[in-house]
Amino acid sequence: MSAFPNTSTVQTQSVPTWRQKDAKPFVQIEQITKQFGQFTAVNSVSLDIYRNELFCLLGGSGSGKSTLLRMLAGFEEPTSGRILIDGVDMTGIPPWERPVNMMFQSYALFPHLSVEANVAFGLKREGLKSAEVNKRVAEILGMVQLGHLAKRKPHMLSGGQRQRVALARSLVKRPKLLLLDEPLGALDKKLREETQFELMRLQDELGITFIVVTHDQEEAMTLATRIGVMNNGDIVQTAEPHEVYEYPQNRFVAEFIGNVNLFDGTVIDDERDTTSMRSADIDGLLQVDHGISCAPNQDVSVAIRPEKIRISREPIDLEVNATTGVISDVAYMGSQSIFKVRLNSGKEIRITQPNVSREMGNRLTWEDRVFLSWDADSCVVLVA
Amino acid sequence: MKQGSSVALKVMAGAGFVFLYAPIIALIVYSFNESKLVTVWGGWSLKWYVELFRNEQIMSAAWVSLKIAFISATMASILGTLAGFVLSRMRKFAGKAMLTGWVTAPLVMPEVITGLSLLLLFVSLESMFGWPAGRGVTTIVIAHTTFCLAYVAVVVQSRLASLDETLEEAAMDLGAKPTSLFFLITLPLIAPAIISGWLLSFTLSLDDLVIASFVSGPGNSTLPMVIFSKVRLGVTPEVNALATLMIVTVSIAVIAAIVIMHRQNRFKDANK
Repeated sequence: MSAFPNTSTVQTQSVPTWRQKDAKPFVQIEQITKQFGQFTAVNSVSLDIYRNELFCLLGGSGSGKSTLLRMLAGFEEPTSGRILIDGVDMTGIPPWERPVNMMFQSYALFPHLSVEANVAFGLKREGLKSAEVNKRVAEILGMVQLGHLAKRKPHMLSGGQRQRVALARSLVKRPKLLLLDEPLGALDKKLREETQFELMRLQDELGITFIVVTHDQEEAMTLATRIGVMNNGDIVQTAEPHEVYEYPQNRFVAEFIGNVNLFDGTVIDDERDTTSMRSADIDGLLQVDHGISCAPNQDVSVAIRPEKIRISREPIDLEVNATTGVISDVAYMGSQSIFKVRLNSGKEIRITQPNVSREMGNRLTWEDRVFLSWDADSCVVLVA
Repeated sequence: MKQGSSVALKVMAGAGFVFLYAPIIALIVYSFNESKLVTVWGGWSLKWYVELFRNEQIMSAAWVSLKIAFISATMASILGTLAGFVLSRMRKFAGKAMLTGWVTAPLVMPEVITGLSLLLLFVSLESMFGWPAGRGVTTIVIAHTTFCLAYVAVVVQSRLASLDETLEEAAMDLGAKPTSLFFLITLPLIAPAIISGWLLSFTLSLDDLVIASFVSGPGNSTLPMVIFSKVRLGVTPEVNALATLMIVTVSIAVIAAIVIMHRQNRFKDANK
């Protein structure tokens, strides 16, 4: 319901790796399937992730995103398919030999060990000298600003502090790949936002590839270089955050990411640079500015985001991409307002408008008759 | 109304405690009795404690009992931990339910039956293999280990069941191989359960009369056996003193077990 932040990560390179044709993927997931008895948790997923990416696996509960992560860490063996990390096949390699570390949703801090000993645990398993261990532990604790709590036990820390210990513990071994399972899930909203930027800073500084599992679309939008949207064990779209938002490939993605209005329509004219559709939902015709190459009279959905619809009391003279309705609900949210408009067909749609003026006098309000319109390049035709 | 019911509750609780503990308190008080007659109060004295420590039969039986309790508790802790581990960590295998039943059966088995069956086992083993030669400390230790193991297994199993498995995954993820995972993470986390299992086993072994009577041999009487035989000839005030000391020992062990179990609960919230 909140304003949708569409701030994708700033890229340092001019052309991101995943758009270069001959780039070599760092993590290759090839036709991975995982079955638990009769239940298929992950269904023949293939995915390439590149070095220095911050890749988000986004999906609801039961979508298979955590199972996929656990297979990368080595806690689950795939039923079929294989995973390559840096060109090495991970099949049959136990978790303790993988160049991968994981930050757990529950943090999984060892309760009987101090913060220091928790962080040192992984380094000691490598057989490093204690001087080296101490140096690296101090360094990483400084990085997450926990140097002063080194001697504490986990139960004496706050949630945010535990989260940073877990992060330090997973980073201290300098893994090639860091897996993060809902890393910010247990934090409150304000802390979560701060930590998001902290994570991005660390990822940038250390140059480690991150794979983050989350159910929170805002989190994915803010953090990710690319997002893989998962549903029922499948990856339904892999794209950069703005693409996932502006060009969803199917109804699931359109509805899962942000808010969307969907009109059901039938194609009446499909040409190279324009497609027209008739819809019982609105008064005029629907039109988009590209061809969609489909069968004539095919039934499609047209998706349009709430902020891309113009709303006004003034009549507009348009035959396409326009309709009329009555405001049935208004929510003032400070920076913007949300209007629910009941169309003549009875369908209710959502429109958001920025509150550019402080003036309250002439605002649109309940039961106003309004005219709606949008541009042909604002909407997306979904055939699936 | 509420006032009345809470008074009634307190009275009932008080009656319950009196019923449970009045005999024990009477025994403790009478252990300080000056008089030679158990039932007649003759003033305060430590005389019978002194007599007790001079009684060689009792002192050697006490030594045997402590030795047996220590060894059986230790062996039961090791074997019980392994059993608890198998019961809670092994994936489902054929006969898992039966194994669970077998491990915990001694908890509900009448002691007479456990004792008798073990006696028969030892006798036939001796006639077939010549071991154990006769009955004594060894056979009592084996018998006590068998039934104490069940207690340790149950305590360890429940601790493992409540242990967050992601802790072990995190350790593996950080490079711990199964052996170091067990000794560095799992064992420290279940140590309180093992220690309280040991303390429980120790007191159970110290208290046992029935099973020990079946499987002990001449010259190897445990303390409860000595007390029991003395009581049959008439209670002396010495037995009161001895009983008091045993109550104190057992209470300390049980309280320690409870305290240790409580302390481990504090850790459980660490990752919530």
